[in-house]
Order: sequence, then structure tokens, then C-alpha cells
Amino acid sequence: METGRAPRIKRNLSSRIMVPRPTPRQFYGHGLPRVNLEKLAGRLIVVEGADGSGRSTQIAQLVQWLEGGGHATVQVGLKRSSLVSEELEQAKQGNILSRTTFSLFYATDFADQLENTIVPALKAGFVVLSDRYIYTLMARDMLRGMNEIWLKNLYAIALVPDAVFYLNVSPEELVQRNFAKSCALDYWESGMDLGLSRDMFDSFVKYQTAMGKIFKRLQTVYGFTIVDGNRSPAAINDDLRKKMVEVLAGSLSS
Amino acid sequence: MLKTFAESNFPGRLIAVEGLDGSGKSTQIYLLKRWLELQKLKVYFSEWNSSELVKSATSKGKKRELLSPTTFSLIHATDFADRYERHLVPLLRAGYIVLCDRYIFTAFARDIVRGCPPEWVRGVYSFAALPDVTFFFKADLEISLQRILDGRPQLKYFEAGMDLRLSTDPYESFRIFQGQILEQYLAMSSEFKFLVMDANQMVEAQQAVVRKLVAQRVNLQEFKRNESYERAEPVITNTLWKQEGPHE
Repeated sequence: METGRAPRIKRNLSSRIMVPRPTPRQFYGHGLPRVNLEKLAGRLIVVEGADGSGRSTQIAQLVQWLEGGGHATVQVGLKRSSLVSEELEQAKQGNILSRTTFSLFYATDFADQLENTIVPALKAGFVVLSDRYIYTLMARDMLRGMNEIWLKNLYAIALVPDAVFYLNVSPEELVQRNFAKSCALDYWESGMDLGLSRDMFDSFVKYQTAMGKIFKRLQTVYGFTIVDGNRSPAAINDDLRKKMVEVLAGSLSS
Repeated sequence: MLKTFAESNFPGRLIAVEGLDGSGKSTQIYLLKRWLELQKLKVYFSEWNSSELVKSATSKGKKRELLSPTTFSLIHATDFADRYERHLVPLLRAGYIVLCDRYIFTAFARDIVRGCPPEWVRGVYSFAALPDVTFFFKADLEISLQRILDGRPQLKYFEAGMDLRLSTDPYESFRIFQGQILEQYLAMSSEFKFLVMDANQMVEAQQAVVRKLVAQRVNLQEFKRNESYERAEPVITNTLWKQEGPHE
């Protein structure tokens, strides 16, 4: 009896596993030296959004769902490279780096992860979930007066993701979520280095509003999929899963 | 098109020296610095790859051989940006003569040999203004190599260009790598108006030319130190003569 049933269950399970359709891959510019794009078979998914927009919750749930569906996953994010993450953290604590230095330090961290995690994982056919990507880095730098053309050249090394989900949450809602989480606002996420206001609450709202505006503009250039992040985590994840199915089928249009 | 500091209306002037390891450029810029200091001018000296902040990341990356051409390029750009924004620009705004042992051309040459796209590397460094005077110390490749290799120094992985897989022998790799860097330098020499120095000549002969060319191009009397700011004659320690390997 058991032997009779087993194949059916197996068939049912395997029929639910979706094998991703191959899609063309490209860099934003000339890309990395010595990388063969045709070999990068996996999927690169980016989740963007401010602190408190629910990125990590959404990524954790997507990982569960993807792995349940038979997809191997790996996660990356800003400031996680083995090369410079510690130094970057130290520099942030002291607020001693000037803007170009900061920008290049973050770019080094990004490039290290791109070459040592993202590219190898895609080669191995993994779904790479990136908690933020070059867009946050660019937006932060642009708010600090860095030249957009310079930034575009800098990040011409980056791979174009298969999807960028931007969790759009109003600044007011972000404040509430940050307080609910830790009862404090982060110095950098409040843009305190910019001197927008001596009042941290004011500064946070101003900074996040400005970041939202820049993201809106970047959306027109890079074609993010904007996801309404003011809803419940479950509703957002339902939405993301539907879009992920399209991504795997190679049919997501932004 | 990039501008020099003079063209960007900075009161200060930047003088850079470039050349292969072993071309004698560090000796020449040291002697230039002494000459300017003894005339009581406002002088500041800055070396490639010396920012304290970025040092730990750079040395870790090098020790563990973690760097790719891209991260090698970016980490040096970070180091340069830190020195540029925190030291060079403020001093040039304050009317100093800034002397740089290597400048962005070092990165252009090395990173391009490592396979980074030239437009990308130049774009990354495009926040920096060009030097007002750039000396390029052109020695015969063999002479530069001899100077470095005579002491049989322990060549480090990246300085020997081992990451490029040119040869399994570090000394052979270093030779090929330096040869390719020299080609890159020569290719940009006229574009960036390098003053090409014959580095096969005697130290004194070269220094005489360097001083003459600087005096022609920089109105040195504008850079007098205000002596009322000074407490005492600074103690100068000459650290020039030491057995050294290539700098990277």
C-alpha cells in the first residue's frame, strides 16, 4: 500500500515545484571583469524600503515560501561583506568619513558581496534575496549632494535584478513602526548628519520624505515594482508571492 | 573635462609624482619638499594608500588575498577619497602647496592592467581635480626592477600582481606586471601633460630639473608661511634611506 501511494505524493509535490524559465541577464553598465552572464541562471530579487518598512519580515517569509517550493535561497544586504563591514560600522559610529569616502566604502562592501556571494549563488542557480541594493546607496548619496552621473558610473558594476520590490510606507507610519520596534530612531535613518533639524523626530520625517521622493524618481529610471507597504505583513507577502511566481516564470513586467 | 586646482580657482597648488616602484620618485619629491620647506613655504606631503581610516580594511583584504580587481580599485579609491576630502582639499583651499607621492594616475595604470574598464576607473576618480604639475619618472624598466629586486624583498601577493596569474613566480610576475603598468603610464602621458623626467640620471641632476620646472610653473612667493603662527623649528627626521620594497 505504501509503495503504491508514495509515487503519487511525489508527483504531486514535484508538480508544484516551478523550474524558473531562463531569462537574459545584464549589468547596468560594463559590469564586472571576467563574469560570464550566460552562466548566471538563478534569480536576483531585491527588496527596497526604509527602516521599518518591513523588508526583513518580508524576506524571511519569502525564504520560507521559496524553500518550501524547492528553490535554494541565499540572502545578502548592505554592510555584510567580510572585507569592510567592521570598518564601515566603526566609521559610522564616529561619523568621521566625508561623503565621497562613505560612498566608496559602501560601494566596496557592495562589490565584495556582488563578486563573492551574489554572482557565485546565481551561477549555482540560487534565488538571491537582497535586503536593499544599489538604489538605497544611490539615494542616500544623492541626498548628500553626490553627483548622479558619478554614482551611475560607480554602480555600472551591478547586475540588473530580476525584480525590485519597493515597500512604500508613509513617513508617519515608519515613525510608528520604528518606535514600536525599538522605541528609538536611528541616527543615520533620521539623516541627522545632514542637519535638517536638531529635533530627531522632525529630521526623521524630513529625511524619509526626501528619500521617498528620490525613490520615486529612481523608480522611473530603474522600474521598481512598487508595493503598498502600509498593509499588514501577510497581505504584503501574498502580493510578493504572486509577483515572485511571475518572476520565476520570467514574465514580471514592472 | 577635468580641471587642475589652478583652473578650479583653488589658491593652493598640487604637485604629483608618478612612476614605477624603484624609479626614484619618492627621493625626488622628498628633496623637493625640503627645498620648499627651507624657503619657508606652506607645504604638505601626502602618500598614496595612507589613510588611517581605511588602512585596516585594506591590509585585511591584502593579507587574506580577498581582493578582486574591482574591490582592489574601490578600496584604494576609498582611501584616496578620505585623504582628498579631509586633507588635500582643505589644505588647497588654505593655499598650501600639496605634494603627492602618487596620485590618481597610479590607480588608472594599475586598475586598468588588472582588467577594470578604463572609463569606469576614470569615472570613479572624477571627483578629484587634476594636479597642477605632474612629474613622471621614467626609468628603464630593468633599472627600476633591479632597484626593487636587488634586495630580494619578500614581494607581497598584490604588489607582485600575483592576482593576475601572469606567472607562478612572484619575481617574474612582478616584472611582467611592472612592464604593463609602464605601458599604461606612457599611454596617458601626453593626455595628462606629464613632465617626463629621465630617471636614469643622477639624483642631483634630476632634482635640479624638478626645482627649475616647479619654479617656472608655480609662483612660489605666494606660498610664504606666516611665521607668527610658528612655535619652533620642526625637527626633521629623514626616513628616506631604508631598504624598501615596492609600495602598494
